[in-house]
Amino acid sequence: MALFRRSAPKPTAAAGSRRSAQDLRLGETGTICCLEDPEMALKLLEMGCIPGVQVRLSGRAPLGDPLMLVLGDQEYTLSVRASEAATIMLKD
Amino acid sequence: MSNPAEVADGQVAATAAARPVRIALIGNPNSGKTSLFNQLTGLNQKVGNFPGVTVDRKTGVSQLTATQRAEIIDLPGTYSLYPKSLDEKVITDLLYDKGADNYPDFVVVTVDANNLRRSLLLFTQLGDLGLPAVLALNMMDVAERHGVNIDLQALEQELGVPIIPMNARKGIGVAALKIVMAQRLDAPPVRCWEPTEELLPLVRQIRYYFNLHNDYLALHYAQQFRQIGFLSADEKAHIQELTQKYGFDATAQQAAETIARYARINEILLETVTVTRTEIREPVSNRIDKVLTHRVGGYLIFLGILFLLFQAIFAWAQYPMDWIDQGISALSATIQENFHGPLVRLLTEGVLAGLGGVLIFIPQIALLFGFLAVLEETGYMARVTFLMDKLMRPFGLSGKSVVPLISGLACAVPAIMGARTIESWKDRMITIFVTPLMSCSARIPVYTVLVALVVPDQAAWGIFNLRGVALMGLYLLGLFSALTSAWVLKTVLKARERSYFIMEFPVYQWPRWKNVGLTIYQKVQAFVLQAGRVIVAISVLLWVLASYGPGNRQETAEAQVRQEAPTQKWDEAETSRRVASARLENSYAGSFGRALEPAIRPLGYDWKIGIALLTSFAAREVFVGTISTIYSVGQDADMGTLQEKLSAERDASGQPFFTPARAFSLLVFYVFAMQCMSTLAVTYRETKSWRWPLAQLLYMTGLAYAAAFIVYQILK
Repeated sequence: MALFRRSAPKPTAAAGSRRSAQDLRLGETGTICCLEDPEMALKLLEMGCIPGVQVRLSGRAPLGDPLMLVLGDQEYTLSVRASEAATIMLKD
Repeated sequence: MSNPAEVADGQVAATAAARPVRIALIGNPNSGKTSLFNQLTGLNQKVGNFPGVTVDRKTGVSQLTATQRAEIIDLPGTYSLYPKSLDEKVITDLLYDKGADNYPDFVVVTVDANNLRRSLLLFTQLGDLGLPAVLALNMMDVAERHGVNIDLQALEQELGVPIIPMNARKGIGVAALKIVMAQRLDAPPVRCWEPTEELLPLVRQIRYYFNLHNDYLALHYAQQFRQIGFLSADEKAHIQELTQKYGFDATAQQAAETIARYARINEILLETVTVTRTEIREPVSNRIDKVLTHRVGGYLIFLGILFLLFQAIFAWAQYPMDWIDQGISALSATIQENFHGPLVRLLTEGVLAGLGGVLIFIPQIALLFGFLAVLEETGYMARVTFLMDKLMRPFGLSGKSVVPLISGLACAVPAIMGARTIESWKDRMITIFVTPLMSCSARIPVYTVLVALVVPDQAAWGIFNLRGVALMGLYLLGLFSALTSAWVLKTVLKARERSYFIMEFPVYQWPRWKNVGLTIYQKVQAFVLQAGRVIVAISVLLWVLASYGPGNRQETAEAQVRQEAPTQKWDEAETSRRVASARLENSYAGSFGRALEPAIRPLGYDWKIGIALLTSFAAREVFVGTISTIYSVGQDADMGTLQEKLSAERDASGQPFFTPARAFSLLVFYVFAMQCMSTLAVTYRETKSWRWPLAQLLYMTGLAYAAAFIVYQILK
């Protein structure tokens, strides 16, 4: 299962080419393509962050972190830290 | 239902007579599980809106039919059978051991109809474990409003279990659920996912070694053997050997399984659920969030709520606290007037005084928990953690530490209990450890007396009162030390598990007042029963130490005072006060104070303060009472006379004893020192180890000593 890339998450190196949920603009919607961090992925999957599901950045805490993500068509809101959102990679 | 059920009907009746059916209630956080528990048992307990409220396992009895009763176990909310936090492990410990005393006959799985895909993940895992199950499809009303149409018959067919549509909050569907629960259920015939070919060699070895009833359970053993409580060290070593032999990659397997389950669930939902969205409208909760988590307004509202909380705890609670205080004093006085003898004194000065020390906190605890329960019930608490997380992280704390730290300003005991909602072990331990450094309400009397003694009642910079500034400084010192200590601890402690912040935002809703009332009742009861026993015991012990002395030293001292009385022209009252003071000086406690003197002299204290430190070890608020006795102030004296006595106290060279140096040294000591048996007791209960309360005691006392030493030596 090629769910996640086995490499350690690189914060900035790949930022130009690939976007994560952290890079979403307020109100913007993206589609989850894969999850970077294997261990974090387990938790995210259980909470419904499944590849193919749409994710919308609906808000940020006043200091920019954590983020408020609305998942899929089910309209439920998750609160995740920016570092956690950075492991949710989006389709181009 | 297959025919063994009919055959076994007679047996069911027989076993039902022996013991009721045991049913476990399980589901996602916020899926209405606890509401359903309340509906079933009638024991209306806490309904959590904040993920992870139900940490302790709650049980209740439900009358299913006229003759059948069931024992219901309420399990903590979870998203899967792979536990990520401490409280979720309760679930696996219960469900993995078929021989366990509490092993359920079947499970009722609550599923949020609006969130079917995610909720079904947990359900399919339970089904694959071979547990007989009923699916309680909750929040049907909301789903219908959202245009979600579920073909119940088709879904029942696909999942192989009975499905009951319901609305647990209103109690709709509960009767139908009870009817199904009263029947004998078999394990669901449908498997959603089974261990893949390459896992089978490992899984089968574990399965046959432990004689397990299915492959999937064996796979869970391979995944989680380290955390399973009932496995012996040898058994764990055996599984470890096997997993290494077969090169088992737990993380990859778990992710692959979850993905495969979702794929299957999607197939099922495609056939059974149709969504006809009537209108796309922004949910009300999101609009409320725009206000409550606004970059400026969010903090202002939070500050406003905090202000209200303090107002409640410090101002409103004062009235009932005074009543309790007066009530206890009156009772004590009545007993002393009507009865005599050493037992009466033990009862009034030992037991009743201790009991008063417990009961006096009830108003504050009740108000604090009432407040917190309302914030939790409405869903606001999750937003507070969201607002504060970034601010707390540099100190090794998380957004979830904010509530315990704030509660710590009232009383560390409920605050430490409140830290249960923090999933990460490390974050939780740090929070528990530093919470007592926040200046609690029991320090207020000590602060008030000493500040009034050495800080003039003057205006500072036009608007502030100098005493007020000093008081605020003490609070800030407490906060500062809590944050610094947290930061130090963060670098020392190793994380046991990864810290996650990911959580679901509950939808805003009105609090259910019954639940708020019940929370207050449960917390107050826990405090009185758990912490209360310790306080009363210590206070009895202290009474004995302060009332009796070695040999006949007390009698000799008393005789001496009485001899002096005529020459000094003391009246009756003055004499008896001096007698009490002399007796205390020569009691065991007095001797300890004397013995303590060399150790505390560098801080500027004498043996009298030594006694006060010793007696206030159990509870710091005892300090004022003790120095009142030591400086021979009658019990009914108000603060004014105590202060006069304190400022009249002279040292050997005839100068006032309570210099600013001594008073500030003492104040700083009380800011830091761990002088609260109840806190230590509750830390022990929450951490289930003596190491933490002991570390707290040593650290805080050490800190207090060092800080008081520095302050005294500088100001001297």
